[in-house]
Amino acid sequence: MLIKKPSDIKPSEITPEAMYRNRREFIKDGTNFLAGSVGIGSSLTSLAQDGDALKARAPAAMRRSPPASWWAEKFSSIKPAPDSEPNFTGESLTPYEDVTIYNNFYEFGMNKADPATRSGEFKTEPWTVEITGEVAKPGKYDLENILKPVDLEERIYRLRCVEAWSMVIPWIGFPLADLIKQFEPTSKAKFVEFETIVDSDSMPGINSRFAIVSWPYREGLRIDEATNPLTFMAVGLYGSYLPAQNGAPMRLVVPWKYGFKSIKSIVKINFRETQPNTTWNDLQANEYGFYANVNPEVHHPRWRQDMERRLPQTLLSRRVIETRMFNGYGEHVAHMYDGMDLASYY
Amino acid sequence: MVRPIKPVIFLLALIPFLYLLIKALQNDLGPDPAQALSIETGEWTLRFLFLTLAITPLRQTFGIVEIARLRRMIGLFTFFYATIHLVSWMAFILGFRWFAIAEELIDRPYITIGFAAYIILFSLGVTSTNSMVRRLGRNWKRLHKLIYLASVLAIIHLLWILRTDITEAVIYGTLLIILLGYRVLRKLKSKLV
Repeated sequence: MLIKKPSDIKPSEITPEAMYRNRREFIKDGTNFLAGSVGIGSSLTSLAQDGDALKARAPAAMRRSPPASWWAEKFSSIKPAPDSEPNFTGESLTPYEDVTIYNNFYEFGMNKADPATRSGEFKTEPWTVEITGEVAKPGKYDLENILKPVDLEERIYRLRCVEAWSMVIPWIGFPLADLIKQFEPTSKAKFVEFETIVDSDSMPGINSRFAIVSWPYREGLRIDEATNPLTFMAVGLYGSYLPAQNGAPMRLVVPWKYGFKSIKSIVKINFRETQPNTTWNDLQANEYGFYANVNPEVHHPRWRQDMERRLPQTLLSRRVIETRMFNGYGEHVAHMYDGMDLASYY
Repeated sequence: MVRPIKPVIFLLALIPFLYLLIKALQNDLGPDPAQALSIETGEWTLRFLFLTLAITPLRQTFGIVEIARLRRMIGLFTFFYATIHLVSWMAFILGFRWFAIAEELIDRPYITIGFAAYIILFSLGVTSTNSMVRRLGRNWKRLHKLIYLASVLAIIHLLWILRTDITEAVIYGTLLIILLGYRVLRKLKSKLV
C-alpha cells in the first residue's frame, strides 16, 4: 500500500501563492487591528463574525440568503480552517461556481447540472431529523435544536468521486461525532445508517420512469468510521449555506471514501448492530462496496481508480492526477482497517 | 436539385462539432469538459449512425432516391464523431497515458465493445472511396454490412455505461430495432414473394 507521508510533499507544492499572500495580508490587517485600542478577544470574535478569517468565501453575488433567521445566527461564528492537514489542504480550491453546478444527486435528475437547475422547489425549512435504533435518546428533532450544541468550523477537504473526478471544497460544518454523542448510542450501536429525504413534489428525478434506484437513498458507516475526527457533517460551503444540489440542509462528508458515501439532505439516522444495506451496494454489489474507501489499487468495473480528473479541467490544463490511497488521508484513517483485505472489502 | 442539398447537409452535420469546439475554446463546457465531450460526441455518433441506417428505408419507403447520395457523407460523419469521442477519452479521461489506455481497452468490457465498434467504423470509413468500392467489388457490400454489428455494439456500449436510468438506451434501442427490423421484414417479404 502506498501512503505518501506528508513530509514527502514540499510546502510549495501544496500552498498556492495566492493563499500565502492572503494570509500575509490577513496577518498585516490583524496586526493593525491589534495595534488599536481593542482587546485581543473581541478582535478575534469580530473577525470571525465578519467571516474575514475564513479561508474561502462564496463570490458576493452568489452568496445565499439564510433559509431562516436562526441559520444567520449560527453562521455568525465559524472557526476558520487550520493551516495544516488533515482539516485543510493547500491545493487550489474548486471554484464555487463549479462545486455548485456539477453534482450527482439523482433525486433531482441524472445529468450533472440537474440538481442545480431542477431543485428550485426544494424546501429545507422546517427540517426534522429522525433518530432511531440503539440510542438512549431516539426521537424526531428539529435541525435547529440538533445544531444548537455544535460549533461550526471550516474544513477544506478533497472530494473524490468514484467516477474518477475530484474537487477541493471548503465545507462549513461540525464533526459527526459531536452530533452522535447528543443521542447517547448504546453499546449495541455498531453501525450508523443514514437516509436522504424523498419528496417527489420537489425532486423530479424520483419520478423518472426508467430509474432503477429505489428511494430513499441510503448510506452507512461503521461506528468507528462515523466517530473518526475527519468525518464531518456539512451545513455550508464557501462560508455560505448549503445549496440544495450540495445536500441542503445537512449532508455527510467522509473525505477518504468515494463521494457516494457522503449522503445528502439527511432526514433519518439509525443506529444498529448489523451492517445496513446501502443504495449503490444493493444496486450493483460488484461495483460499489460498503466500505468504498478511495483505493488506487482496486479498480471499479467502469472506472480505473489510480488517477483522477481534478476539476475544473480545461482543454489546456487537463489536470489528470494520481489518486492517493484513502484520498491522501491514510495517516488518520488507515488504522481502522488494519488486518482487513481492502481488495475484498472494497 | 441534389447539388445544393449536399453542401447544406455537410454544413449542418458540422454544426455539433463547431458548437463543441467553440464551447471548448471558450472554456464553456463546465468544470468537467472530459465528461461533457464524451457524452456529446458519443450521442452525436449514435445519431449519425442511425441517420446512416435510416437512409435506405427512407429511400425505399418514400421513393426519395436523391438521399442515397448522402449516405456516404453521413456515414463518414459518424466515423468523424466517433473519432473525436475516442480521442477525447484518451486525452481528457486518461491524460494520454498509453499503458492505461491499453489496459482499459482490454480490461473494461464496455470500452472493449465501444472500441470494436470504432474499428468497424474505421474500416468502413477507409473503404468508402470510389476506388475502394471498385477494388473490393462484391466484398465491399459484405464488409459494409458490418454497420449493423457496429450499431448493436454501440447500443451495448451505451447500456453498459448508464448507471441507473436507462431511458436513453431504451429510446436508442427502440430506434435500432425499428431500423434493423425493417430490413429483416423486407427480406422475409421478398423471399415470400
